[in-house]
Amino acid sequence: MITIGQFWHALWLSLVVSGLATVISALIGIPLGVLLSEFDFRGKGAVLTVVHTFMALPPVVVGVFTFLIIMRSGPLGSIGIVYTPAAMVLVQVILAAPIVTGFTHASLQVVDPRLGLAARSLGATRMQAVLVKMREARPGLIAAIIAGFGRVIAEVGAVTIVGGAISSQTDTLTTLVVKLTRQGQPGLSLLVGAVLLFIALIVNIFLTRLQADRGKRKVQERVTGYVS
Amino acid sequence: MERLEVQQGEVLAVLGPSGSGKSVLLRTLNLLERPSGGSVRFYGQDVTGLEGRERTAVTRRMAMVFQDPLLFHGTVAGNVAYGLKVRKVAAQERAGRIADMLAVVGLGDRSGAYVQSLSGGEAQRVSVARALVIEPEVLLLDEPFANLDAPTRRVLQEETREILRDRGMTAVFVTHDQDEASRMGDRILVLHDGSIAQEGGVREIFYRPATEFVARFVGMDNVYEGLVEACEEGLARVSVQGRELFAVAEIRRGEKVKVGIRPEDVTLVPADEVDRPTSSRNAFTGKVTDVEARGPVARVTVACPFPLVAAITTRSLDELEIAEGVEIGVRFKATALVIFQ
Repeated sequence: MITIGQFWHALWLSLVVSGLATVISALIGIPLGVLLSEFDFRGKGAVLTVVHTFMALPPVVVGVFTFLIIMRSGPLGSIGIVYTPAAMVLVQVILAAPIVTGFTHASLQVVDPRLGLAARSLGATRMQAVLVKMREARPGLIAAIIAGFGRVIAEVGAVTIVGGAISSQTDTLTTLVVKLTRQGQPGLSLLVGAVLLFIALIVNIFLTRLQADRGKRKVQERVTGYVS
Repeated sequence: MERLEVQQGEVLAVLGPSGSGKSVLLRTLNLLERPSGGSVRFYGQDVTGLEGRERTAVTRRMAMVFQDPLLFHGTVAGNVAYGLKVRKVAAQERAGRIADMLAVVGLGDRSGAYVQSLSGGEAQRVSVARALVIEPEVLLLDEPFANLDAPTRRVLQEETREILRDRGMTAVFVTHDQDEASRMGDRILVLHDGSIAQEGGVREIFYRPATEFVARFVGMDNVYEGLVEACEEGLARVSVQGRELFAVAEIRRGEKVKVGIRPEDVTLVPADEVDRPTSSRNAFTGKVTDVEARGPVARVTVACPFPLVAAITTRSLDELEIAEGVEIGVRFKATALVIFQ
């Protein structure tokens, strides 16, 4: 049986672990995506291929790989994070960061590069010009964060492997769904699933409002130049 | 070494065809591109290849307007505010300057409008306002009106010219349109394949082109090869395909030259009136081989025997009853004939 206390703990842990993993992924992925879009260097194509491949990493494989590294006898075993929420955050960052990076890069690719020139011609520093382009790409950047969060909040395999799905310790809503189903409680299982969906809905509403830019932005109508 | 110099308070029009290096020149002046050779000097100081803060300090004294408006997402006021924001102008002062500037470009009531809702002409006005509001010492304009319809282009040319004059602003205006160059520039510089083909006042460029390229580019459609047969007291006699033409020039006898004349400088008269005495040294008759009359100005080609194009009003065309095959009188002054070496 699963108690209501276990449910609340799983809910709280899901939000904290996935929220933290999303924030860290954004902090890594957005600057990385910007760098990949702004600078040309040798091997850039290869780096992008790696990023794009990592966007489709099978979570269980990442879970196993991370587990092998952080398990007690593994190379990083001494830090002792296996079967803790920290390990779960780590594994989720590995899953989400490439997604944020890839989406950031892609959304900056469609921004007219001349907007950066226009900004610089008006006195912007290189950094300020990059910020102009990021602002133009804002809907894409927010989509990157939504996609990263979506990947990790719904994830079950990797967190089970590195977190252990210990009741009231490392159980998340997704691992709880698995447990309830195994215990022959499909009704409760679906109910927890509905809570997960609800979280996704709330987060998306919040981020989509950010994307809408004071309610006036027309994402489809990206008019940056006129040709008559 | 070629040298391009813009004096303070002067508007220099850089005229040239696509691919002549006009845009690269502007981007180099704005330190957006590093020249592969030579240097950029700003008030005498070498600013070539500056980086970081030093570069920004120089570029913040200039502004550039591009062929496309290149507006940022957001409102008209937000766009005009950009250059002031990066210069950390206080919000209160900013608001005042934006309002003043929008009034100058006739968009006083569109301050809160989103840029998506603007017409092409309005968007380009915002782009001009965005550059002017920072009161740059040097304004660089890269074919800013090339994508606009003709009436809007005309209005914006006049308005921009007025603003530049009023403020005594130094500007470099790049264009491929000879009319625009003559309207905007105090001085014109013609670029050809990345080199300066000619530099001078508007009249000089249009009426004393230095090379055949410049001549043809500024609308001197009649250019021929000729041989100088005589030259006395500043009047040269040049033979072109057996026809003797007179030009005001000091040039040596026996020299091979090119001569040119603008179609507007050629007058057509009835064939039997061509011998009447006038101030035109060049007068002869020829057969009309082509008539092109599409607008208010008609272009008539006369075999002299070389094909000479004359631009006359469509009204004159009708009055003179000009049609293909008709014999017509041709006249032009010796001063209208230009000789290039």
